[in-house]
Amino acid sequence: MVIRTLAEAQSPRRIGRRLLRSGLLEALAYPHGVDRYTELIRPLMLARDVRAEVVGVRLQTPKSVTLTLRPNANWEGFRAGQFVGLSANVAGVRVSRPYSLAGSEHATDGTLEMTVSTHPMGRLSRHLREHVRAGLVVDLTQAQGEFVLPDRRPEGVLLISGGSGITPVMAMLRTLCDEREVPKIGFLNYARSPLTALYEGELRHLESAHPGLRVARGFTRSTGGQITGRLCREHLSAVIDQHADPAIFACGPPALVESVRTICASEGLAEPAIETFSGPVLSIDTENARGVVRFASSGLEAPNTGLPLLEQAEDAGLTPAYGCRMGICNSCSCLKSTGTVRNVISGAVSTADEEQIRICVSAPVGDVVLDI
Amino acid sequence: MPEQAVRPTPDQLEAFGHEMDAIRAAVVADLGQRDLDYINRVILAQRSLELAGRGLLEFGLIPPAWLAGTAALSLSKILDNMEIGHNVMHGQYDWTGDPRLDGRRFEWDTACPGEHWRHSHNYMHHTFTNIVGKDRDIGYGILRMSDEEPWRPYYLGNLLWAGLLAVFFQYGVALHDLESERIVSGEVSLAEKRGMIGAIWGKVRRQTLKDYVLFPLLSGPSFPLVLAGNLTANLTRNLWAFTIIFCGHFPDGTEQFSEQEAENETRAEWYYRQLLGSANLTGGRAFHVLAGNLSHQIEHHLFPDLPAHRYAEISREVRATCERYGIPYNTGPLAKQFGSVVRKIFSLGLPPRGARSTGSALPAQTQPAALEAVA
Repeated sequence: MVIRTLAEAQSPRRIGRRLLRSGLLEALAYPHGVDRYTELIRPLMLARDVRAEVVGVRLQTPKSVTLTLRPNANWEGFRAGQFVGLSANVAGVRVSRPYSLAGSEHATDGTLEMTVSTHPMGRLSRHLREHVRAGLVVDLTQAQGEFVLPDRRPEGVLLISGGSGITPVMAMLRTLCDEREVPKIGFLNYARSPLTALYEGELRHLESAHPGLRVARGFTRSTGGQITGRLCREHLSAVIDQHADPAIFACGPPALVESVRTICASEGLAEPAIETFSGPVLSIDTENARGVVRFASSGLEAPNTGLPLLEQAEDAGLTPAYGCRMGICNSCSCLKSTGTVRNVISGAVSTADEEQIRICVSAPVGDVVLDI
Repeated sequence: MPEQAVRPTPDQLEAFGHEMDAIRAAVVADLGQRDLDYINRVILAQRSLELAGRGLLEFGLIPPAWLAGTAALSLSKILDNMEIGHNVMHGQYDWTGDPRLDGRRFEWDTACPGEHWRHSHNYMHHTFTNIVGKDRDIGYGILRMSDEEPWRPYYLGNLLWAGLLAVFFQYGVALHDLESERIVSGEVSLAEKRGMIGAIWGKVRRQTLKDYVLFPLLSGPSFPLVLAGNLTANLTRNLWAFTIIFCGHFPDGTEQFSEQEAENETRAEWYYRQLLGSANLTGGRAFHVLAGNLSHQIEHHLFPDLPAHRYAEISREVRATCERYGIPYNTGPLAKQFGSVVRKIFSLGLPPRGARSTGSALPAQTQPAALEAVA
């Protein structure tokens, strides 16, 4: 955070926040912590955690709800394409899910936007669509994710999305349009039908306001789109020039992103940046698992089964804390004393000693000692 | 209360166990928003009382402010200790997923570190309830609360030690998991307990700093009054907690068990031991909340991880089921139950004289396998 003027540095808000985090206040509020008192007076007034108030609710389609949120002062900003973990109370139980931010990085009103698509079995999505009203307070994580635009904006950008995957690329599109730096932008989107197509009005408006932007929509279960059927090479020409080599960002169901990868490879286009929402494809290898997992604090030990450490701990009779069980919310973070683990989503391998790891997505490679 | 002359047969006991399981399952299936709302209301009350109490005490030079402030802070500490702290740490609200109600991480406004409490209470006391030699809540290592405990002249001071424990109860609880009587006897070495001592000191230090240094200093001229107010609030909570807790397993009619009797228990036999070893207190809703629903000690020991405010609701069914199986259900008003506890502390402090009855005799026939059928 850049301090622009002395006045800003000494603003009441800043002084207030420094006070909230002060050692004296923490000592007086021990053991519950300052937040547990300030939140009784103002729910958003916390020392460090991010909370947001719903200030707008829009129902674009029958199966989605678009939320406008105003985060508290602990929000550290985001880059277009990133997501947040949102936690809310559903019938007495706290449910957490990741949702991409859909708004522009350059929004000036201090609000965030996200569009939640309802799933038939989705607890939080259905609850939000049915019950969310302005005034609801939700918990947020800070912005996360690597699916972002490069700092040096490219000459051309191609944004491909399917279904609810439109949200992060909408953020990218709105950001690029606000900046007016990238001359050529292509926007390809696949929805089931016009009834479930999100942001239709805004996309048309952006298209008319920005000469370099071309938008094409296809419907997979109905006719009437500018493009027909599922993604294929020919669809690209609807939104980018023939010999263009744009930076490519794709977000959507696994089938779509696979098509994108294939087409990019065969057309000699740049490797696309990918984001996919449906249950992460976990690479778990139980057949070749070897070594021993030791749960040091509990004095337990078991042969490595190759499953993520959270499951192995539960199989051993332990009950470590957990949240989303997909590597996002950090509730399951534990200390790995020694050993090598592999992230079952990204494939990243880490061997550092005394390392905090998310045990729900970390599978041991050989011997591992975990401090639980 | 007369000894139970006739006990259920093994089959009856198993059937009883199934009925208890069913009561528990019904509550678990019903847990939801209502329970979360309840505990959040109690927490709101506690935090508000704390803010009000500490705020008023800062003006402690004014007598009504001191009285109101001390009263509010006492209530805050009682709620934090019993209806909130004890219950949340049992994991009664873990199902909500709310990190503020996570039983494994919750810390309470008293000298005992949450981690030690979880071990000594949730694990040791609730697993080995009333088993002489294993449940260290029988006497806390400083009182004689069992006929089986050999008498020593030291126990002539039983009432005195109990009184001191009551006054300094938060420190007694804080030191409980240290097992000091076993350190003194040489069973356990001081070196093994070093880490534990550090943790206790850390908690005690921060509580002392808060209650006896920082808040008094903050008030300027009211320093001695804030100090007195905080001391009184802690004392009030200590005495209240001691009273309620000692009524849990010591009133007349509660039973104790040997290690052999409790070996290889079935689930039904575990329920049975919990029942025979526990006693309830009658009272109104406010009383139950202030007691942390430990007034429903029986229901709590049957179902330690169900939200405690549910105990009152299921107590009618639990009691009726006990009556059907001829199992005693020990309950009574506070004065009567606590009176019998005080008498027990006194008489167990005196040297035993032959077949003298102390009101807490181990039943003659307690092996479930050797039960007589109900005539």
